[in-house]
Amino acid sequence: MPYDYKPFAYTPPPGLTGAEPRHKVAIVGAGPIGLAMAIELANHGVSAVVLDDNNVVSVGSRAICWSKRSLEILDRLGVGERSVTKGVTWKVGRTFHREAEVFNFDLLPEDGHKMPAFVNLQQYYVEEYLVERAQEVGTDLRWKNKVVAVDRHARHAVLTVQTPDGDYQLEADWVIACDGARSPIRAMLGLEFEGELFEERFLIADIRMQADFPSERLFWFEPSFHAGQSALLHKQPDAIYRIDLQLGWDSDPEQERLPERIIPRIQKVVGHGDFTLDWTSIYTFQCRRLRSFVHGPVLFAGDSAHVVSPFGARGGNGGLGDVDALGWRLAAVVKGERPASVLAGYDRERVFGTDENLLNSSRSTRFMSPGDGVERLFRDAVLHLASRADFARPMVNSGRLSKPCVYPLSAPDDVALPEGSRPGAVAPDAPLGQGWLTEALGRDFCLLVLGQEAPAGTGLRVLSPDVTDPLRQRYLGQAAAATYLIRPDQVVAARWVNPDAAGIRAAVEAAWEGL
Amino acid sequence: MALMTTPNISDADGFYAALLAAHKGLSEAESHAMNARLVLVLANHIGDATVLQQALALAREGA
Ligand SMILES: Cc1cc2nc3c(=O)[nH]c(=O)nc-3n(C[C@H](O)[C@H](O)[C@H](O)COP(=O)(O)OP(=O)(O)OC[C@H]3O[C@@H](n4cnc5c(N)ncnc54)[C@H](O)[C@@H]3O)c2cc1C
Repeated sequence: MPYDYKPFAYTPPPGLTGAEPRHKVAIVGAGPIGLAMAIELANHGVSAVVLDDNNVVSVGSRAICWSKRSLEILDRLGVGERSVTKGVTWKVGRTFHREAEVFNFDLLPEDGHKMPAFVNLQQYYVEEYLVERAQEVGTDLRWKNKVVAVDRHARHAVLTVQTPDGDYQLEADWVIACDGARSPIRAMLGLEFEGELFEERFLIADIRMQADFPSERLFWFEPSFHAGQSALLHKQPDAIYRIDLQLGWDSDPEQERLPERIIPRIQKVVGHGDFTLDWTSIYTFQCRRLRSFVHGPVLFAGDSAHVVSPFGARGGNGGLGDVDALGWRLAAVVKGERPASVLAGYDRERVFGTDENLLNSSRSTRFMSPGDGVERLFRDAVLHLASRADFARPMVNSGRLSKPCVYPLSAPDDVALPEGSRPGAVAPDAPLGQGWLTEALGRDFCLLVLGQEAPAGTGLRVLSPDVTDPLRQRYLGQAAAATYLIRPDQVVAARWVNPDAAGIRAAVEAAWEGL
Repeated sequence: MALMTTPNISDADGFYAALLAAHKGLSEAESHAMNARLVLVLANHIGDATVLQQALALAREGA
């Protein structure tokens, strides 16, 4: 059964008949990022209005690979377990050159994490779950509300919104543009993307078939079934497989779009014709971002702020990283607990995270789609050597899969403690009683205290579990005791072997600005 | 560690002859491809990032 798109109900917004009170936060776009943003803000006690020009979830499966970190974020929002249950869990990727396997990776070689390395799940399901959750937390979701103009003022913005019943104006202290890669808001503000465009074209086809491919990511360079190009296969729920085929820049996108052209290509991949096309698309790559994600009262998050080539699944996952870094800060500004200057922390951290995503995805794209001449010479040299010498295998680049960046904080640290939980990194999960550490961390700053007493007078919630092996391994290493300051987005803000209350209070201050 | 730029191959003429011999019978394109592989093989043997950077810079000089 193809996915059943159920249109969401449009109701005429109050602004059509009289001025609405100024909103605290208006989110433009109900894609995964806008929806996640609304729920995250609600979790921090701030209600947002969400405006979307459409009235259904994502048309086409689009993002299918959700990373462990994204699943942890979705879990905090209340849809993580649902996504894992429905999705196809995987952690192993295999890369082939012609018929030989030349490289493989295991993304989660250790146990003791609530979330798996990756789950494949069509974007429309993720959005469906997020919409339901957003409704549960009381979000004002407005379908068929298209933003057509934005006026920026010093401390607020005015949106002009088009509906089936006419236009109205909506004022908000903060506008978050989550309106996707072609962001109309970005254009309205006259902002431009900076970065690289690649001259390459891929066919992406979701097919429905009964087959028993393993739950792994399979990638081929120059396979016999698609001569001279590359191919990618992913398994999704509902007996759907995602197949990506490189077409080359000379290909004619109008021709390649035709089913009579697509079907024979897919037949060669799967070896038979017993499948149906579920969704197809032709795409080109960009690796670009806005210079800054904060523009007065207008903030950018998700594809409106940055776009990457898809190998590595850094688009949707990168956008959820934005939600993670922005939600707690913006909520505190809205509630008057912090000055607006803490939003510089969002900008700094997500520009950093985005650059890491851009770097990785443009390197992968360059390997997959090398320029003529020396780029191709070295690419082919690596593939040739990979089946003969181990050293060349890690150079084979079919995509480096999304993982959270480690923010470059200059926060208190202790060299005795393990690398994986250093300041700036997401606090590694571990089993905790009947549940998980990620579940216990909560929505505010907290102290994770292991093997010692928490210093008095910090005013912070303290978590002091028994030191189990996974906790020791992930948080103590050779040290006997330690105290970790963990931010609301579960990032380690600072850590000490010999903590004191004044140091902890100073570290909390620095964390707001991401210093 | 620093890149060695003083003679390190005891039989310089012998190595040069071996290099040419290894390319014997290859077309120009095949030779370029082999050279690319050779660069990768040797670079891995060296491994040290500083030495590799210095080697890249020296090879690029005057190009
Ligand atoms: C083929 C393909 C495969 C991909 N695979 C992956 C993957 O495996 N993993 C991954 O992490 N990412 C993947 N991505 C990327 C992922 O789909 C995007 O990064 C993600 O959708 C971005 O979410 P978003 O909410 O920022 O934008 P979008 O999902 O584009 O949502 C933007 C929303 O804004 C609305 N909107 C636009 N203009 C207006 C307006 N003027 N007024 C009101 N509303 C408006 C739109 O209707 C839309 O609902 C893939 C993308 C593609 C195309």
